Amino acid sequence: MSSILEVNNLEVLYNNIILVLKGLSLKVEKGSIVALLGSNGAGKSTTLKAISGFLPLEDGAITDGTIYYKGESITRLTPHKIVKKGIFQVMEGRRVFEDLTVEENLICGAYTQKSRAQIALDLDKCFKYFPILKRSYKRLAGYLSGGEQQMLVISRALLATPTLMMLDEPSMGLAPMLVEEIFEIIKKINKNEGTAILLVEQNAQLALEISNYGYIMETGRIVLDGPVDILLKDRDVQEFYLGMGDGNDNTSYRNVKHYKRRKRWLS
Amino acid sequence: MDIFLQLVASGFLVGGIYALIALGFVLIYKATNIINFATGEFMMIGAYIFYSLVVYLKLSPFIGFPLVIIFAAILGFLVERLILRHMLGQPNISIIMVTIGLSSILLGLAEIIWGSSFRSFPPLFPRKPIILGEIVLRSNLFYGFLMAMVVVAVFLLLFKYAKVGVAMRATANDQMAAFSMGINVKTMFTISWAFGAIAASLGGIIIGNIGGVQPTLGHIGLKIFPIVILGGLDSIIGAVIGGFIVGIVENLAGGYLDPYFHGGVKDLAPFVVLIFILLIKPHGLFGTKEIERL
Repeated sequence: MSSILEVNNLEVLYNNIILVLKGLSLKVEKGSIVALLGSNGAGKSTTLKAISGFLPLEDGAITDGTIYYKGESITRLTPHKIVKKGIFQVMEGRRVFEDLTVEENLICGAYTQKSRAQIALDLDKCFKYFPILKRSYKRLAGYLSGGEQQMLVISRALLATPTLMMLDEPSMGLAPMLVEEIFEIIKKINKNEGTAILLVEQNAQLALEISNYGYIMETGRIVLDGPVDILLKDRDVQEFYLGMGDGNDNTSYRNVKHYKRRKRWLS
Repeated sequence: MDIFLQLVASGFLVGGIYALIALGFVLIYKATNIINFATGEFMMIGAYIFYSLVVYLKLSPFIGFPLVIIFAAILGFLVERLILRHMLGQPNISIIMVTIGLSSILLGLAEIIWGSSFRSFPPLFPRKPIILGEIVLRSNLFYGFLMAMVVVAVFLLLFKYAKVGVAMRATANDQMAAFSMGINVKTMFTISWAFGAIAASLGGIIIGNIGGVQPTLGHIGLKIFPIVILGGLDSIIGAVIGGFIVGIVENLAGGYLDPYFHGGVKDLAPFVVLIFILLIKPHGLFGTKEIERL
């Protein structure tokens, strides 16, 4: 198997003082879906921002380590160059251009594409995945519902025809039904377009369901990784990320004191 | 009634020219959030360059205009690259001070190069006044207005339909997201400065053609503040409509009230209207209110 993205020992510093990533490594195989899970503040979004070159915009910097894309170093490249190479990040919190129409938002998504004919074809494809956007084509994006906005930002990414799409919490603030629908579509995009997907999620259950491989982060490093079917069987993952609890221990408060599973890797 | 129509009509024409200058200001503010106090000086430099090309080098105005456009684009480009690019991320007040400083520098340079005496343009347009029924319009004003409208229309279309225009609006809306689309945001800043300088200097040529050129021509740039604040600082349509409102109000006040007050009401009136509109609509007539989803 050939990996298209390789992150090695990445170290990221914010404001010259806060060490957010402490030697993080991960790989994304061609055409696969990789989930990057972890609790709040573990550095998942920072990882994505490091890959897509956004760190300097937030006063962060890569102080050590390398990022290779298709065998070529993209460490510290500027964001627009990275997009041109084929890595497209869908940012956290549905950053649609609110004052622009849906159409204009999509034009921005295709900003790096040159061929008009190809863009028109891609647009048709988007409407197949998200028929709702066709109806709201001329509306201001700011007035769309949360779900429609999430569909719009994924469509923008589709129009850029990336090799690797990075999604930062696509489930954020959406109704559970919608979240499932969107995850279904992400899976379909991966299958039909062959786009590799790096997925950052709080909702571990959903993310692992559609992924091939998973990484679990704690305080700036990867603590567990493996193919999804193995991860799902791991007792730690089950308790801490899938909320399945640990047998019957939790049913009685008496037992809590005696023995509580810890995240062993933390100490 | 005749005098009323006459005042409104010529105010409308002046307003169209103001709209162009205000556009030069809004283009920069919208994309970069920088309040450019040197807009008036961009006008003045544009007018002087045109004067030099046409009078000293004896070029035809038809060659002069495109050359001024190129020159203005270079001026905007240099100002952004050499000065304001380094101010990215600095407090707003420092950036405003930089643009005020820039306006003084440009003013000084103009005095060094062209001296401080008053010069008037050779006639560019037919001198015959335009007569519409009872209304008589000065030819310089009328043709200047037409020119301004053409330039404004070109900019509006560019922003609405061209890819670069859409990208500039996207940048104005959410810089970070624009980066993630592969838009080179810094290039967008440079382009908006170039566009802003082009709009201002073409406005300067039109004003210079009506009233002559001198280094203080840029003071008319102060009038753009009631216009752009009235229209909403970041609205292109607002700048155009604000321009018309200020032009007409100013002319009506000048025509009806100035005879009783030893003059001066003309310059005061736009600000009075400005305060009233701001009391009712604090974001200006067309300014951005954050979209609140329901």
